[in-house]
Amino acid sequence: MIHPSDAPAPLVQVRGLRTRLGGKVIFDGLDLEVARGSVTAVMGPSGTGKTTLLRHLTGQLRPAAGSVRVDGREVAGLSRRGLFELRERIGFLFQNSALLTDFSVFENVAFPLRQHTRLPEELLRDIVLTKLQAVGLRGAANLMPSELSGGMARRVALARAIVFDPMLILYDEPFVGLDPIALNQVLRLIRTLNQTLGITSILVAHELAAIRQVADRIYLIAGGRLVAEGAPDELAHRDSPWTRQFFGGEADGPVPFHYPAPDYARQLGLAGRRP
Amino acid sequence: MHAAGIPVLRRDTFTGDICMNPRPSYAIGTGLFILLGFAALAYLATQTTSVANVGHGSTYEINARFSNIGQLKEGAPVKIAGVRIGYVESIRLEPQRMDALVTMAIDRHYEDIPDDSSAAIFTSGLLGDQYVGVQPGGSPEFLKNGDEMVLTQSAMRLEDLIGKFLVNGSPKGGGSAAPPSSAPPASGNP
Amino acid sequence: MSSDLRHNWLVRGVAAVGECGLFFVAVAGAVPKSLRYWRELCRQIWFVGAMSLVIVMTCGLFVGMVLALQLYFTLSIFGGTAALGTVVALSLFRELGPVVTALLVAGRAGTAVTAEIGLMRATDQLDAISMMAVDPLAYVASPRFLAGVIAMPLLACVFNAMGIFGGHLVGVTWLGLDNGTFWGNMTSTVDLYRDILDGLYKSIVFGGVVSLIAVFQGYTAPPTSEGVAYSTTRTVVFSSIVVLAFDFVMTAFMT
Repeated sequence: MIHPSDAPAPLVQVRGLRTRLGGKVIFDGLDLEVARGSVTAVMGPSGTGKTTLLRHLTGQLRPAAGSVRVDGREVAGLSRRGLFELRERIGFLFQNSALLTDFSVFENVAFPLRQHTRLPEELLRDIVLTKLQAVGLRGAANLMPSELSGGMARRVALARAIVFDPMLILYDEPFVGLDPIALNQVLRLIRTLNQTLGITSILVAHELAAIRQVADRIYLIAGGRLVAEGAPDELAHRDSPWTRQFFGGEADGPVPFHYPAPDYARQLGLAGRRP
Repeated sequence: MHAAGIPVLRRDTFTGDICMNPRPSYAIGTGLFILLGFAALAYLATQTTSVANVGHGSTYEINARFSNIGQLKEGAPVKIAGVRIGYVESIRLEPQRMDALVTMAIDRHYEDIPDDSSAAIFTSGLLGDQYVGVQPGGSPEFLKNGDEMVLTQSAMRLEDLIGKFLVNGSPKGGGSAAPPSSAPPASGNP
Repeated sequence: MSSDLRHNWLVRGVAAVGECGLFFVAVAGAVPKSLRYWRELCRQIWFVGAMSLVIVMTCGLFVGMVLALQLYFTLSIFGGTAALGTVVALSLFRELGPVVTALLVAGRAGTAVTAEIGLMRATDQLDAISMMAVDPLAYVASPRFLAGVIAMPLLACVFNAMGIFGGHLVGVTWLGLDNGTFWGNMTSTVDLYRDILDGLYKSIVFGGVVSLIAVFQGYTAPPTSEGVAYSTTRTVVFSSIVVLAFDFVMTAFMT
């Protein structure tokens, strides 16, 4: 039994992860580690299973082979109860916010507290308002999710994810659809949460400029494997075909831009007639 | 604490919680709905079933013997001139005489039934339920609790009627037109 | 299993029934845990029950009225109009009350439950609830299932009462049947256990069936707008079929 505090062991440890979803191989021997108190970005072309990786960390998916350890515990080996205990300590920011549509903003943020604690209502209210203040939406406490813009909903979801001061926050595409002001606020929030509370963060995102401002480390995934890792500045200038293509945005490279298809000329009916 | 834009704390009337945003209280609606549902059930159970016949004030019992009760059931109404005065409380077979002993519970409001009254089993309509009709006599004495009506007329059996009709050529041997008081038990054995 | 066998509609149908059965076991197993969320249960009873009152009462009234009208003319052929109250009451309690209420609730509340859960799935709300360490089966599925089981018999009672009222309106007020005859014949024939309680058992079962199908369809709806739309339709179709089939089976066993 590894105690969470006395070990310098990484908070998240993925070893030889293999996953198949619907007959398609998503991960084929993925290894990665996330150190305690770090901000880690996971990048990669669309469809490489970055969101799938996050779902492995929370036990929503079970690996076909390999191990996923969070805080020293094997996620796949946890009972339902153990899994729920783990999830109470993980904040998850969904790509489309996933606010409960028939609760107000306040009740959405209060939801985890109401379910897992018996706090006096005054205290609960103060906690919720503090979290809403942190994302700049204290004034929106009484709005319903349908009245929020996408960016506001994202910030409410973030407030909900941090309401328990979790040890780990997983951000699934946190920057999509945010205006520059909100984007900066979210970036600052991620950094503040990390520095003041020591909350470990894992970001799945594409915005390299934003990531460079917060991330300590970047993992680049492609083809079911880890293809590059390193500090953002170092990685951006590394001379590998993967990084060159991904950070340079070139269409040609190890990652094909085109989905596998029959020959273009042949499909248009040009081939064969006039070779 | 009460900055602009933040609503004042309010206590939820039903749950006792303090809520920022008093949502429409589902507790009232749900409670009213459940009460309404049970009220409807209680109404159905007490007003439309045989339960409605029970416990309507105090009653006294009168017996009557029939050689054939037809489809008469417990709970069937007992009527005088079409007005309901009580109900059939029990139907038993009397072993010695091999006839049916029908005990009727009569409402205390109708205590003045002459003791030479007769009872007959009628059908409401051609296919309706059967009930006991009491034809009052002229005696100054009234029936008391536990008394027996001597003059009775059994249920009309459709088969008997048809049989008589075929034999006699006309249904004069029976029929609902015959006054029950004039006829002794009219269940002729074929 | 070969792939052509797997695409056989019969096999898929059997698999869907099996899935629904397993889902029922899971939902029923989550019921004790879901009692913690009694407020959610309360909200669902309000939604399934109280919000269906208007349609159930209106339909009950009209069904009672048309029943009295039709039966009056049929009974008058046999000279048996005195039995109108009895026949109206028995048809309502034993058959029409539970069945029509179940069909109405499937159309009004069942579809809404399916669409709601389907959209919760599509917008990751179910995942979010699970990620907040709350069992969505206990928080979302079981309260809706229980609400159906609780609300349906109550709604059927309201339907029956309104039906009797409608029958009385037509039979006595309009067609001039004797008031005493109407009630007297009814009370002497209708039995509390055999008629009213049997109807109540039926509607409890129908409540479970309708809400289980609605929740199941929502849970398994493909997370697209088209998928949710299809599942909503399937809720009505399957609920109606299963309710009528169960009605036949239960009637056969009860009489």
